[in-house]
Amino acid sequence: MTDGSEKRMAPGGFAQSEFGAVATMAWRAVARAFRMNATTWVGGLALLIIIAAAVLAPWLAPHDPLEQNILETLQSPSALHWLGTDSYGRDTFSRIMYGARLSLLIGLCSILVAVVVGTLIGLVSGYFGAKLDIVIMQVMDVILAFPSLILGLILVAMLGASVTNLILAIAFTAVPAFARIARAPTIALREREFVQAGRALGYSDSRIMFRHLLPNIIPDVLVMASLWMATAVRVEASLAFIGLSVAPPTPTWGGMVREGFENILDSYSLALFPSLAVLILVLALNLIGDGLRDAIDPNLRTES
Amino acid sequence: MTAFVLKRIGFAVITLFAVLTLVFFIVRVLPGDPASVVLGDQASAATIEALRHKLGLDQPLIVQYLDFLGGVVRGDWGVSMATGRPVVQEVLNVLPYTIELTLAALVLGLAFGVPLGIWAAVNRNRIPDYLTRIVSLLGLSAPAFVSAVILLLLFAIQLRWFPVISSGQDTSLAGKLRDLTLPAVNLGLIMAAYITRVTRSAMLEVMSQDYVRTARAKGVPRNVVIWRHAFRNSLIPVVTVVGLYLGILIGNSVLTEIVFNRPGLGKLIVGALGQRDYTMLQGMMVIYTFIVVVINLLTDLVYGLVDPRVQYR
Repeated sequence: MTDGSEKRMAPGGFAQSEFGAVATMAWRAVARAFRMNATTWVGGLALLIIIAAAVLAPWLAPHDPLEQNILETLQSPSALHWLGTDSYGRDTFSRIMYGARLSLLIGLCSILVAVVVGTLIGLVSGYFGAKLDIVIMQVMDVILAFPSLILGLILVAMLGASVTNLILAIAFTAVPAFARIARAPTIALREREFVQAGRALGYSDSRIMFRHLLPNIIPDVLVMASLWMATAVRVEASLAFIGLSVAPPTPTWGGMVREGFENILDSYSLALFPSLAVLILVLALNLIGDGLRDAIDPNLRTES
Repeated sequence: MTAFVLKRIGFAVITLFAVLTLVFFIVRVLPGDPASVVLGDQASAATIEALRHKLGLDQPLIVQYLDFLGGVVRGDWGVSMATGRPVVQEVLNVLPYTIELTLAALVLGLAFGVPLGIWAAVNRNRIPDYLTRIVSLLGLSAPAFVSAVILLLLFAIQLRWFPVISSGQDTSLAGKLRDLTLPAVNLGLIMAAYITRVTRSAMLEVMSQDYVRTARAKGVPRNVVIWRHAFRNSLIPVVTVVGLYLGILIGNSVLTEIVFNRPGLGKLIVGALGQRDYTMLQGMMVIYTFIVVVINLLTDLVYGLVDPRVQYR
């Protein structure tokens, strides 16, 4: 292994003071993951296609996702409607394309919120340690003990279902995971020479935390982010399936599966295809997460 | 040993208390007044005030908190606003169904996950390894409602092996088993996927240890090394993770129960959501808290039993 990533094993070697170090570390891990695993390519490609479908839906979708047609309800796949129609005669393929927008938006935003809040909590908790650390991590463990779906369900039910509330509720369930993943390396690095050198030079705590510790944590956070984005998409779809999502007629994958499930004896396609869409997106994110984890795991690295 | 158990139980009680406090604050402090949520937008201020009084929401927060904790301890979790029956009774009525489903899924998950994980580990970077990796990743990527819908389409609608909607009236053993099979397989698949991955990585970890190499070097047959030396030690992380993933199983049982129209906590909580049954929702959170804490406690205790290195202090 000749690229810079093995420096992670000796983090003292690159206590860079440029803030760009965060981006560099993230980029290296991603590049490595794609070099090492063919499956990462599969996941990346699938994710790219779904993102393209979501972004380009207004131009590429063969039908208006909201256009009803009572003469063509619950049809099976055909040349006109590639994946069939729902109980209002709306085109399933077009609705899946538009539905991808909400899944991606909620998945991405909730994890962004969770990454920022969770990493901050973990950094602060690990860096200052002592009693603060014990209290914070106890709270995090308590939240983590709860199944994300149940916690998300209760929060959305109490807050009311809207895009913002869904993002906040799902982010809340993911924060402890990021706090934990950020805290462990912070504790390990806290006593290292480069941190002590920073202190000796009179750097402020926040400068040490954000410029010197944070770049070293980023690869771990990144792996966690792609794995938890898979969970976030899954929870969002599950909540929509239960009926806790944005109001119809806006298409959501989970909501479409629900509709298909209610008409499952009349049409298999309406239940099946949105289900597969959820499965493919979650699988793609998991493949990328797995690839990233392999790429930053020093144990696997020495063996491969 | 007794001291270890007592300490763990004490810790569980503290966690229980902490989560219940969290539940209380999530329910009370979140924006949105429960009374107006229950009654909807059209309700008059007077009816909302009356309901607030009935629910005790007009009391100071600290009084509400103590009432809540006292109620939980006494087993008085209020009365369902939808059915008028005590929440505890409603919960206990359906709890056996969820436990039955979860245990069946756990058994299936272990029965398939552990052998698959070992198979993958001993064939590392060969076809069985890749195969199990893909299948297990598929299993843990599928949301429970997706796999449930696919199972339903395949086995109930296409192959007609199982009824699409069970009457639930057949109480004979065969009838119960038929009702249980698809839901349990659905949950079991998810559990098996997680257990496969954990078993695989635990086995790989153990098999790279010095004592395994020593055993092989002194001429112990490969099978004996795998089963006597490696497998038994790889069980420790598996046990921990099974406990951890039981929580995921409970979350997924909600979706499974909806799709297969099975009574249980999942259907109860979704029904309560639909009817805005606020006291029931609060009670559901309490019971989920209990379940999560008890599972964690049991995991800790089993961990102590399996791993002799855990200090009973």
